[in-house]
Amino acid sequence: MAKATFRIWRGNADGAEFVDYDTEVSEGMVVLDAVHRIQAEQANDMAVRWNCKAGKCGSCSAEVNGQPKLMCMTRLNDLPLDEPVTVEPMRAFPLIKDLVTDVSWNFKVKEKMKPFTPRPPDAEDGTWRMEQEDIDHVQEFRKCIECFLCQDVCHVLREHDLHDEFIGPRFFVYAASLEMHPIDTENRLEELKDSDGIGYCNITKCCTKVCPEHITITDNAIIPLKERVVDQFYDPIKKLFRVFSG
Amino acid sequence: MASYETHEYDVLIIGAGGAGLRAAIEAAVGDLKVGLVCKSLLGKAHTVMAEGGVAAALANVDERDSWRVHFADTMRGGQYLSDARMAELHAQESPDRVRELEAWGALFDRTQDGGILQRNFGGHQYPRLAHVGDRTGLEMIRALQDHGIHQGIEVHMENTIISLLKTGDRVSGAFGYEREKGRFKVFTAKAVVLATGGVGKAYKITSNSWEYTGDGHSLAYHAGAELIDMEFVQFHPTGMVWPPSVRGILVTEGVRGEGGILTNNEDRRFMFDDIPELYVNQTADNPEEGWRYTQGDREARRPPELLTRDHVARCIVREVQEGRGSPHGGVFLDIAWIKEKIPNAPEHIRRKLPSMYHQFKELADIDITEEPMEVGPTTHYIMGGIRVDADSQMTAVPGLFAAGECAAGLHGANRLGGNSLSDLLVFGKRAGEYAAQFAMENEAVPLDEAQIDEVAVHTLKPFENPADNGNGDKMGPYDIQAQLQDKMQELVGIARSQESLTQALEEIQNLREKAENVHSIGNREYNAGWHTALDLDCLLTVSEAIALAALERKASIGAHSRDDYPEKEEPGAGKYNTIVKKANDGTMEIRRHPVVELRADLQEIIDEIG
Repeated sequence: MAKATFRIWRGNADGAEFVDYDTEVSEGMVVLDAVHRIQAEQANDMAVRWNCKAGKCGSCSAEVNGQPKLMCMTRLNDLPLDEPVTVEPMRAFPLIKDLVTDVSWNFKVKEKMKPFTPRPPDAEDGTWRMEQEDIDHVQEFRKCIECFLCQDVCHVLREHDLHDEFIGPRFFVYAASLEMHPIDTENRLEELKDSDGIGYCNITKCCTKVCPEHITITDNAIIPLKERVVDQFYDPIKKLFRVFSG
Repeated sequence: MASYETHEYDVLIIGAGGAGLRAAIEAAVGDLKVGLVCKSLLGKAHTVMAEGGVAAALANVDERDSWRVHFADTMRGGQYLSDARMAELHAQESPDRVRELEAWGALFDRTQDGGILQRNFGGHQYPRLAHVGDRTGLEMIRALQDHGIHQGIEVHMENTIISLLKTGDRVSGAFGYEREKGRFKVFTAKAVVLATGGVGKAYKITSNSWEYTGDGHSLAYHAGAELIDMEFVQFHPTGMVWPPSVRGILVTEGVRGEGGILTNNEDRRFMFDDIPELYVNQTADNPEEGWRYTQGDREARRPPELLTRDHVARCIVREVQEGRGSPHGGVFLDIAWIKEKIPNAPEHIRRKLPSMYHQFKELADIDITEEPMEVGPTTHYIMGGIRVDADSQMTAVPGLFAAGECAAGLHGANRLGGNSLSDLLVFGKRAGEYAAQFAMENEAVPLDEAQIDEVAVHTLKPFENPADNGNGDKMGPYDIQAQLQDKMQELVGIARSQESLTQALEEIQNLREKAENVHSIGNREYNAGWHTALDLDCLLTVSEAIALAALERKASIGAHSRDDYPEKEEPGAGKYNTIVKKANDGTMEIRRHPVVELRADLQEIIDEIG
């Protein structure tokens, strides 16, 4: 069996550094397997988040060789193993320990957003009628596994640290899933413009590139939301129309 | 005196998968203070992994469906060992529970006329599973989570409960710790709902994550509740087998629902070779009829690939054992073949089974639209669990409730696919409702400090234990866990015998002694090894219960197979459930309890539908 070196970030908010671990690797292994093997054999107390190990829960987000990835879906045979594989926590969030970061900000952001508010049911049994083609887009947004890799890579959060003024790509996708939901009646455009800071996004599409669910975050969620905000608040003709139509 | 922070609730829910979230939402309907504790982040529980769909007799696709047919299907699938009242409530209430999710934002796939689409699944007579492609569980947990966060529920993420606290006979709270700093927390509660999921981590090959260590089963058992039918562990027939690192990851039954077929290395559809008597009338006798069934032909009968999971798993094991398996010790599951039947098959497959397509593409370099998958059984679900009252979900311990996978009764000897998502909605709601009622009708009781101190000392013991026990044994938590998993896989797996089970019980006792002395390194901060050490007691408790119940049932029925007792019933024993309880001397005792005779109206349904 071949050996490889993993250079893993160890420590907590008081101080952390890379530590090298050599471990055996075999066919089909992913980065999370190697981390688990190191944890079981050499570093029992190493902190790492994971659950499903199949790319469905979005727990094991990390930066592998500098790239934001789900460790469970990053295969070793796609990485050069003749040099150490670096494994670091997401950098846009405060470190708790080793590979685990404090992502609680994300949960707080979601809680503050206006919840789903359906129109009255279409049928007497309390159900609604929706065409599949009308929900395809929204279903794309609802594929999100909340791994927060898009948040990690977004420069507004990562470099400019604007967590208080900007909700990040994950929550624009969430907002889009609500705004474009065929039976939702709420309007979230004012918040998107003001407290959510959608204007900060300059559509560099970094988020779309790292999304493990291949959601076209920028094109399908953020840009249409930006357009709606512009239509509602900045389009002079529509503004005039609204004045007269009450 | 242990130092800890205290949180006071009317209702405490332990576990935040579908059942826990649904219970929390229901308990929070009034003015009660509700706390929700979960081992991982919110929204990551195993419900998220459920793929195929949620079973509910909405009759959107086939108007012949009704709760009565769903009830009969569930009872038949469970080999008539299910609690009939639970099966009745489940079949009657699941349609409302599914529709309610839509009011909370869930978006299921649609029928032509805009209703909720339903698909075929093993053991269900009509297309019954509401679904979203093959990511139904994600849709459900997200809908519950996004609704739940606005209901005033206090959520404690990455917290683990070590022990329930009791005052007299009643449950009065729970002791746990938060992962980030390792600090202790004490939760007081008038009522507690366990919704902790399964026990898959007792086995080596499993679709379950690190979390599924039988916590709720073990907490309830130690608090004096009973466990029922623990021998019935579902080995899902189709887990990935290659490469080794992904062994056990689930391949949804939806693949077979969409027309996927199982073949051996002789290219034979071996499922046609053995069709159980209970299902002969409902099963296609030729491939063409089976295919028509998957395409919605209402006159066709289901292909044998969609027989119940216990049976399909056993057939796969037989093929492998008799030398007709695939190169890596499984069999072939082929969906690519449907290109012979429909145009644009690859696109159709990617649309219907998107996450399966990606899972195989990314983890195994296999394009399922072009080539067959290799699959084999994986430990997936436990039908057995905490014994509860069918209506209220209360256990034998006053104030202690259980719902979802950790509770038992609905599934009998074998669970039908799709019935777990509906189970957790129906009984999660009921547990929340009745726990709230209990909390309103009963005063809080004071905690027993001595109990808290005792648990606190026990919780820190792994740090005190020496690294070496003097015998050269590996005493790390991962070593002991792996030894248990190997033994359970080998001795208490799909094929069991008096000999293997007796040996398993001995091994479990040996490992229990080791676990007492398990050693953890490092400190209390986010320490995965310490957590694994603390999980060991739960794993050992459920492993012992499974082995003991398996030894007691001298028959092969549903998911439980005994090489030495191949018959479905023990002569003269009648139909019974096994019940495990902690005896006064602290040992585990087992007894049989006759299956309650069916109410006449329910018996009529079964006589009529079969």
